[in-house]
Amino acid sequence: MHIKPEAAERHTLSIVVDNEAGILARIAGMFTARGYNIESLTVSDITPDHAVSRITIVTSGSPEVIDQIIAQLDRLVNVHKVTDLSELGPHVERELALVKVVGSGDHRIEALRLAEVYRARVVDATTTSFVFEVTGGIEKIDKFLELMREVGLVEVARTGIAAIARGKEAA
Amino acid sequence: MVAERSGAQILVEALCDLGVEVVFGYPGGAVLPIYDELFKQKRIRHILVRQEGGAAHAAEGYARSTGKPGVVLVTSGPGATNAVTGITDALMDSIPMVVITGQVATHLIGSDAFQEADTIGITRHCTKHNYLVKDPAKLGEVVHEAFHIATSGRPGPVLIDLPKDVQVATAPYRKPAGPGTHGYRPQVKAEAHLVEAAIAMLAAAERPILYTGGGVINSGPAASQILRELARITGAPVTSTLMGLGAFPASSPQWLGMLGMHGTYESNMAMNQADLIVCLGARFDDRITGRLDAFAPHSKKIHVDIDRSSINKTVRADLALVGDVGRVMEDMVKLWKARQPETPDLKPWWKRIDEWRAKKSLAYPDSTKEIMPQHAIRRLWEATHHRNPIITTEVGQHQMWAAQHFDFESPNKWLTSGGLGTMGYGLPAAIGAQLGNPNALVIDIAGEASILMNIQEMSTAAQYRLPIKVFILNNEYMGMVRQWQELTYSGRYSESYSEALPDFVRLAEAFGWRGMRIEDPGELDSGIDAMLKHDGPVMVDCRVAKLANCFPMIPSGAAHTDMLLHSDEVSGELDDAAKALV
Repeated sequence: MHIKPEAAERHTLSIVVDNEAGILARIAGMFTARGYNIESLTVSDITPDHAVSRITIVTSGSPEVIDQIIAQLDRLVNVHKVTDLSELGPHVERELALVKVVGSGDHRIEALRLAEVYRARVVDATTTSFVFEVTGGIEKIDKFLELMREVGLVEVARTGIAAIARGKEAA
Repeated sequence: MVAERSGAQILVEALCDLGVEVVFGYPGGAVLPIYDELFKQKRIRHILVRQEGGAAHAAEGYARSTGKPGVVLVTSGPGATNAVTGITDALMDSIPMVVITGQVATHLIGSDAFQEADTIGITRHCTKHNYLVKDPAKLGEVVHEAFHIATSGRPGPVLIDLPKDVQVATAPYRKPAGPGTHGYRPQVKAEAHLVEAAIAMLAAAERPILYTGGGVINSGPAASQILRELARITGAPVTSTLMGLGAFPASSPQWLGMLGMHGTYESNMAMNQADLIVCLGARFDDRITGRLDAFAPHSKKIHVDIDRSSINKTVRADLALVGDVGRVMEDMVKLWKARQPETPDLKPWWKRIDEWRAKKSLAYPDSTKEIMPQHAIRRLWEATHHRNPIITTEVGQHQMWAAQHFDFESPNKWLTSGGLGTMGYGLPAAIGAQLGNPNALVIDIAGEASILMNIQEMSTAAQYRLPIKVFILNNEYMGMVRQWQELTYSGRYSESYSEALPDFVRLAEAFGWRGMRIEDPGELDSGIDAMLKHDGPVMVDCRVAKLANCFPMIPSGAAHTDMLLHSDEVSGELDDAAKALV
């Protein structure tokens, strides 16, 4: 007998939660306990009184699984609201990556040129290295990293996705 | 100016304000301040169990039989971890429960202090919600909120972890005006247009079936009444999950018996052949559906549940109504009566059901030499049903036989561990039920293996003079394990024989109970009679046929139509895909 993987689609969920100790463990733990994936997760305080946080999770699963993830999140006592941005319609997703590239000669020049194409900023430099700051969607950053690997990439730090719906309405 | 009180005082005061009468617990270092407060007051009765697991199950039995939340008080570390099984059991079966655990002082948390455990971390996913309270000023509000969460929406266990210094530190306490849970607002009433749609589907159905579950019991006795009304006006057959038994009277001609793995042939065939399934407070558990792709292939499904995550979890609903099942059924009945819809003739449907009934799927072989376990349960029912007893069970064959052969007429009388399937549930649950219903006849139908899992609670029953009856169907096997080994593993009975059993009669006597043994079919009735006549706790060691199997049965991974009715249909070895299923 073999175990078959299931087809999955990627969804970005925006979750408004009480800003209290353990909330991240509650959310992340629900995902692991029920066997769901987390591809990216960010948490931040979003109100002046620090009462609520927004958690943005990129997850994947079949439409039934995504529906179940939302229902399971919704029933947690500390969760105020779950929005499936991918389902809702047009939305903006951004991630920031810091990318360290080491090299000299042609590689160094090529790295700088590619960085310019991707609108990455140089935030640190030595005679043999750069740290680039690049922002964009997951695909843009993935592509940038793929190119940087060829010209001396040694280290990456990524923030995970922050996302918000387009238009004047608050989701 | 409100006078300041210690956290322990605030806790006890808040419990009193919430109407708590009984707390099941066990003292220890990290809850001594609370026990000192309990000592000084008279309003709350503390029941000392013999192991914290017993406290949690006793609280479940109390809750399930009274409709009130069960309250547990245990110490930090092992006190909390011992309670975890009962807490998980309450989560799976939606039992309202509030668990208060002591914790080491706040400055010691994380230092691997004596009897420290990360109770909040451990119980995060086996509670509906949990709290670590670090400020006595917040304690009162948390306790009130915990009871609100435990008892509203889909009920479940809520845990409050209370560090010892917070129990000693002082703060003002005033009874809060209402629950302060910001984001938590369970939907109890379904939208009117959905009720309208449900009625239209129900009125059009030629082969409807009402598939009811534990949600009907949790919704309160009024929900059971309204279910009877819904069944009466629609004329539809009614089946139920293990957890829902008692919501609909077994004596009704519309009752098909329990459905699922060990359900009746007629209920499973009716589910398979129905054109409309109305799921009322049940959740399409794997014990119910069998093989999912073959489950009720010709039917539309209406799913009524207070927990949205239960809807479309395993079986896709054509119409979903989120709300309290009692309230939704009330709206359905009202609307049906107002509309007086034209309905198809259900006679052909009932004719088919009667044909399935004629199979007599609950029939079992008779014996004059040995006591058949099914027969023992039926005789127990004959002897007691006029007293409307509360029945608890352990887990295994005896549990399924009790579900099949003990008929219930009213809710809150059947206490069993359904979702988690916890052996050792029945004895402490009986203790909790007897405390909540002092005048009721409470019987734990047990197996000889399960009963040993919480046998220490016999001492609790003795201490509080609880006249519970434990009726052990002793076949010297972990019967359900042995049955599966017979079905799936060619009868290789790996570790399923109950070796070195105690002498249950002498064991009972050692605990101050009456102990009895029934070995001969001829002694069965007189033995049951003697058990019932004794005005105190009794343990009956009823020796039953050793190799009896529980039928009918849908083997795991099989469809409802592949039901096994008799043991001679059993194959010796199943394939890997079937072996992988529980």
